[in-house]
Amino acid sequence: MALQKISTVTGRAVSIPSNDVDTDRIIPARFLKCVTFDGLGQYAFYDERFEQDGTEKLHPLNEPQYRNSSILISGSNFGCGSSREHAPQALYRHGFRAILAESYAEIFFGNAIMLGIPCLSLPGEALNILTKLAAKSPPPELIIDVASGSVTAEGQAFYGSLPNYAREALLQGKWDPIVDLLEGISLIRRLAEKVSYFRPENKAVHICNGGNSSYP
Amino acid sequence: MKKTLLDKVWEACTVRPLANGQTQIFIGAHLIHEVTSPQAFGMLRDLGLTVLYPDRTFATVDHIVPTTVAPFPDPLAEEMICALRENCAEFGIQFFDTSTGHQGIVHVIGPEEGITQPGITIACGDSHTSTHGAFGAVAFGIGTSQVRDVLATQTIALRKPKVRRVNVEGELAAGVYAKDVILHIIRKLGVNGGIGFAYEYGGSTFDSFNQEERMTVCNMSIEGGARVGYVNPDSTTFNYLRGRPYAPSLQQWDAAVAQWESFSSDLDASYNDTVTFQAEEILPTVTWGIHPGQSISIEERVPTLEELSIRDRAAAREALQHMQLKAGLPIKGTKVDVAFLGSCTNGRLTDLQEVARYLKGHKVKQGVRAIVVPGSQRVAAAAEELGVAEIFREAGFEWRGAGCSMCLAMNPDKLSGSQLCASSSNRNFKGRQGSPNGRTVLMSPLMVAAAAIRGEISDAREIFSVR
Repeated sequence: MALQKISTVTGRAVSIPSNDVDTDRIIPARFLKCVTFDGLGQYAFYDERFEQDGTEKLHPLNEPQYRNSSILISGSNFGCGSSREHAPQALYRHGFRAILAESYAEIFFGNAIMLGIPCLSLPGEALNILTKLAAKSPPPELIIDVASGSVTAEGQAFYGSLPNYAREALLQGKWDPIVDLLEGISLIRRLAEKVSYFRPENKAVHICNGGNSSYP
Repeated sequence: MKKTLLDKVWEACTVRPLANGQTQIFIGAHLIHEVTSPQAFGMLRDLGLTVLYPDRTFATVDHIVPTTVAPFPDPLAEEMICALRENCAEFGIQFFDTSTGHQGIVHVIGPEEGITQPGITIACGDSHTSTHGAFGAVAFGIGTSQVRDVLATQTIALRKPKVRRVNVEGELAAGVYAKDVILHIIRKLGVNGGIGFAYEYGGSTFDSFNQEERMTVCNMSIEGGARVGYVNPDSTTFNYLRGRPYAPSLQQWDAAVAQWESFSSDLDASYNDTVTFQAEEILPTVTWGIHPGQSISIEERVPTLEELSIRDRAAAREALQHMQLKAGLPIKGTKVDVAFLGSCTNGRLTDLQEVARYLKGHKVKQGVRAIVVPGSQRVAAAAEELGVAEIFREAGFEWRGAGCSMCLAMNPDKLSGSQLCASSSNRNFKGRQGSPNGRTVLMSPLMVAAAAIRGEISDAREIFSVR
């Protein structure tokens, strides 16, 4: 499985300038009733963008100015809450290819990197300036360089950070680790033999046969 | 010496370091449910892979399962449950389906079945997997692609977290519970305070907690940003596990306990950070805002913007507007429309028993919809046997079947309009309980009961004369 090496992301940006943007906002739970991730893009930030009858609310993602944005700008602790991979999936399928925020919730960050979405951390002041730049007409292109962490717009450069493992994974096209994990199979089997008391053969009772008496 | 439980479990479960600096970590036990597994199995098939250790994965339905007796016809939900059934059958995975009598919320049944044990890593596609840390496991939520990784390799790629030791010392006052402890910790350390950390909880308060109280605290570690939260295992832990189906047999028991004890943090373990809270300072706590860190004690007033740091003001403004609360006024007396007792935070037997102790003789206020959702079929059965279920029904609570229910409202249990719900769950984000304008106030089970019978946010200690 050959993954794309991700060294730059270029595109227009849109800002959701709150802290603690949680995964229920990014994709409300009722849209998790699916067996594939297809079609999730239309539901990104649904309840802030649409009334219950489907009419559009005032929201940056609904503005023509920001249509076709591929870079999302936000605050600290972006993606907090659930581990639902549906959140970065919805953002990716909505068209986002990179996120610039002050900081990220850990599970969200890991999920996003695994999808090949660079998530750079920048100071609040830099994000404010980028937000203002993104609001110009016509909106400028931002260029994100994964190796250096630089974000350039209209000749101004800002510096963001990425944990080493994430930078390497994106640059080398190894952001989905399944191939690497599979290479460890013989070591996995060896470890499985030794690890802890939790082993299938130690089961006291097999549930299919009716189980045990009450024990909560 | 000098190692934390996290150090020891990490070492024991390290398969190998990966080129990018992460570690390939073996997962001792894997729990799956119907929401985050379908795509993982799909990916498995697309890659031509199979499940490496089917005996190490356990499945249940909890998020979308209806809690009413007659199933609500929701074709999407039906599709997801069928997908899980088929996937488990195909790969030989134990499925605690609704027909087994062992179904329930994934973080309730894991410990109940003795699957959750000290000294192992536990992963599940759900952020509240931190719950299992109450047993001295290193347990964490993972995304769907990582569910695929565990199914295919029984490992994931992960970075080792730092460890913050969180001590709570002293004795909790009457009417103050484990839920109040974790809400207090999150209030003080922040919803992002734990990013990059595992929280190791200890101190005399935790020593005296039972396993279900420890689970309540560990459950909400993720709301404080900490993906992992744990308590060192002790005799309380071992006594809970003895005799459970997947726990070691009696013949192996002593050896197992000795091995489990060896995982506890060394007395001279070094931590990246340490904080200490005094139990006596913790009061019954409720959230006033739109994330779990925005909380106050029942005796306080909703904060004014001036009282908050500049950083917190924008969020507070948004929160007050959504919650329709006035800054500077008491939160006590706020009208409650719905009361929800349940969830992986507070849906266990001792939660229900504690409420039942005080609830007997009281009635849910007219106009309030009160539901109690036991965390598992086993909890429900025990509650019936002990007469606890009857106390709830007598009081006017709807007694439901097991599931996640109104915590995230993926099943038919939802708020409507801008209803305000007194909830024993773990998240008060906007729209969390199924209505975009719905309002959630998090609190302990006894506080939920007090709100149900008064129809407003109340001090349970007063309502029930708790001493």
